[in-house]
Amino acid sequence: MVLKVFFPSCCSLADSGILIGRWISEQNSAVVLAVVHFPFIPVQVKQYLGEVQRVTKVSVSVLGSWSNSKQEKEESLSEFLEDLGTIFCHEPWIQISKEGDSKFWSCSTLQKHSKNPQEEEIILVYYDQRKVMLSHLHPPLDTAGRRAEDASKLSAIFDTVARSRVLFMTDRYDEGPIKLTHWQSDGVEASIIVELMKQASVPACMLLTFLLSLLSGICRSRVLKFWPLSFLWSKLSTCEQLGHRLQHLQVISSNKKAQNQNQLMRKANIFVSLLIDVALGILLMSWLYRKNRIGHLADTLIPVADHVAEELQDLLQWLMGAPAGLKMNRALDQVLGRFFLYHIHLWISYIHLLSPFIEMILWYVGLSACLGLTVALCILSDIIALLTFHIYCFYVYGARLYCLKIYGLSSLWRLFRGKKWNVLRQRVDSCSYDLDQLFIGTLLFTILLFLLPTTALYYLVFTLLRLLVVIVQGLIHLLVDLIDSLPLYSLILRLCRSYRLAAGVKFRVLEQQDGKPLRLLMQINPLSYGGVVQTYRLPTYSCYPRDSWASLCKKLFLGELIYPWKHKGEKQN
Amino acid sequence: MAEERRFRSASGAPIALRRRQHSASCRDLAVRGPRLQLRSLSAATSAVWLAAYGLFALSENSMVLSAAIFITLIGLIIYLHFVKIDQESLLVIGSLGIQVTSSYASGKESTTFIEMSQVKDVVINEAIHMQKVIYYLCILLQDPDDPQGVSEVVPLFQSSKPRLDCLIEVYKSCQEILEQRKTAPQSS
Repeated sequence: MVLKVFFPSCCSLADSGILIGRWISEQNSAVVLAVVHFPFIPVQVKQYLGEVQRVTKVSVSVLGSWSNSKQEKEESLSEFLEDLGTIFCHEPWIQISKEGDSKFWSCSTLQKHSKNPQEEEIILVYYDQRKVMLSHLHPPLDTAGRRAEDASKLSAIFDTVARSRVLFMTDRYDEGPIKLTHWQSDGVEASIIVELMKQASVPACMLLTFLLSLLSGICRSRVLKFWPLSFLWSKLSTCEQLGHRLQHLQVISSNKKAQNQNQLMRKANIFVSLLIDVALGILLMSWLYRKNRIGHLADTLIPVADHVAEELQDLLQWLMGAPAGLKMNRALDQVLGRFFLYHIHLWISYIHLLSPFIEMILWYVGLSACLGLTVALCILSDIIALLTFHIYCFYVYGARLYCLKIYGLSSLWRLFRGKKWNVLRQRVDSCSYDLDQLFIGTLLFTILLFLLPTTALYYLVFTLLRLLVVIVQGLIHLLVDLIDSLPLYSLILRLCRSYRLAAGVKFRVLEQQDGKPLRLLMQINPLSYGGVVQTYRLPTYSCYPRDSWASLCKKLFLGELIYPWKHKGEKQN
Repeated sequence: MAEERRFRSASGAPIALRRRQHSASCRDLAVRGPRLQLRSLSAATSAVWLAAYGLFALSENSMVLSAAIFITLIGLIIYLHFVKIDQESLLVIGSLGIQVTSSYASGKESTTFIEMSQVKDVVINEAIHMQKVIYYLCILLQDPDDPQGVSEVVPLFQSSKPRLDCLIEVYKSCQEILEQRKTAPQSS
């Protein structure tokens, strides 16, 4: 059976000593964590290892001996090292020795209780201790459901190094009896900024939690729950987005420490996302308020609304004539056309009534862009919904009329053929009608059939307009969702410190020499950007199109009202 | 020790197989495809630039020329970094696993490492590709729930597509190492 020794590359230049680490017998591999130097007292070493084992729950033990001699191999030293094997009994006792500056080390094992005393092959795998300690191994995305215990042998190695953090806290300037060499033995590193931020974050979090509890108390108060207001809040997408961000703030400001990697990354992602959002929002606000651009915007809003209304009037005049050469039913055409024209007239009067206040309202509403770019985009979407409210109304009227007509036609068609819809059995049954029923039914059927093109045309035109508005709103919401759910912190981490997010490992074969063990270098294979986004994306509150294309087409044909997005912007007068 | 032999790919292009044995249980097999030819590169660039010059002569808009240069550069970078695979290699380390590497013309390497416990077997399969039936080498991954089942098939050498003679060499080398794990005694 092949023996694998995982050796940290930082210990290659260490002085002679004994190797401590973890022996994983199922995989026949030894993970070396540090080198203990001479002189030491074996009892103290065993005590220290017992303490480390208790704290880290990793079964750390003495694995073998390491000799780094500048001259040729000394016979007495090798016997001394073999004798150490009897003091710290470990099966198998690994002996690694390096001569001078040679890259090729000799490695041998001593088995006292082996059944088959044949020479087993040894593979020496070098690994970068700091990177493996900090990295987080991600399981393959498709087997996330199955918890296979032996799916990844490498995760045991990553786990061992990550959990032995306390072993790496002692450096060579400590006055203890044990002298270790590991990646931090030249001096423990820390950052002042990180420590200061940790100290400052506790009172900041408490203040934030207090403010948020006040805010959510106000939001939940009875005053805001009365019927018109609560309906309003549920329809405006701005309120949903603000609620979503409030939830995010609550997650960040909670003083419970993150339990595992996923929760930590989620908190960090939310924090960075909020920061970037607010920064972009403030940038947008400064751009809008400079040179009074918002005043110009308010000034052009009324003319744009007027222009839209005029275009609609022209469209209706076109429909009332002979649109695209089709011959409409004169009377119905005039009725529908005049009804919609009157509606537009009402709408224009309403807009003109509001026009003196528009600039002020817009100025104050624009200030709320400092809450974030997503809030500004939601406000834009709501303004579009408000301005095109008449198109929505027309669509509803046209759709209802068309829907009634279609149902009437289908029911009378059944009557024409002598059949009836059986509600109990949910199927079409034959039925014998009286003569006068048949007469009236056929008459009504003919009337509805010949009036169908007119209604269908109005319905088609207004549905197309409504779909246009829905598409524009949908694009805005798509952008908002993208900003909400993108895990920016994880992406930046993948860019700058790619070893922290590991999808696996890769091995590189180093120079070999006959007779010496196989030398491999284990490097971390980082997760791809697509994998990072898939693993760490933040959940959002909307779900995309509820209906499939087929059911959407069916609804359009039958005249049922469509709500393609889960949340829609609509405001009642 | 390294040895290199020439073969042909499924479409007739010349490829080279290089085998290296690092130790008794570690082998490295690399298939190198043909390099990017200067001929085809200059032909493609000249064609694009001629078309752009023709458009410029018609429309008198100098943006067409700058756009053509931009497109050529971006297209070349995308082709070298994401499309053109120079070398595909297989590193088999008995008792650790199998590592599959693809190196692109721009120097990028994309690596996947499959642990030995997940590998069920390495086989040669047949596939219908466009209008041909070709042979390809693949790794069968073990299904953790079902000892007889296969959870995934990982095809190898997808861009160089060697023919059967080359695949048989690679197959024999892999099987020699995979057999060792069956005959090796399990640790108690």
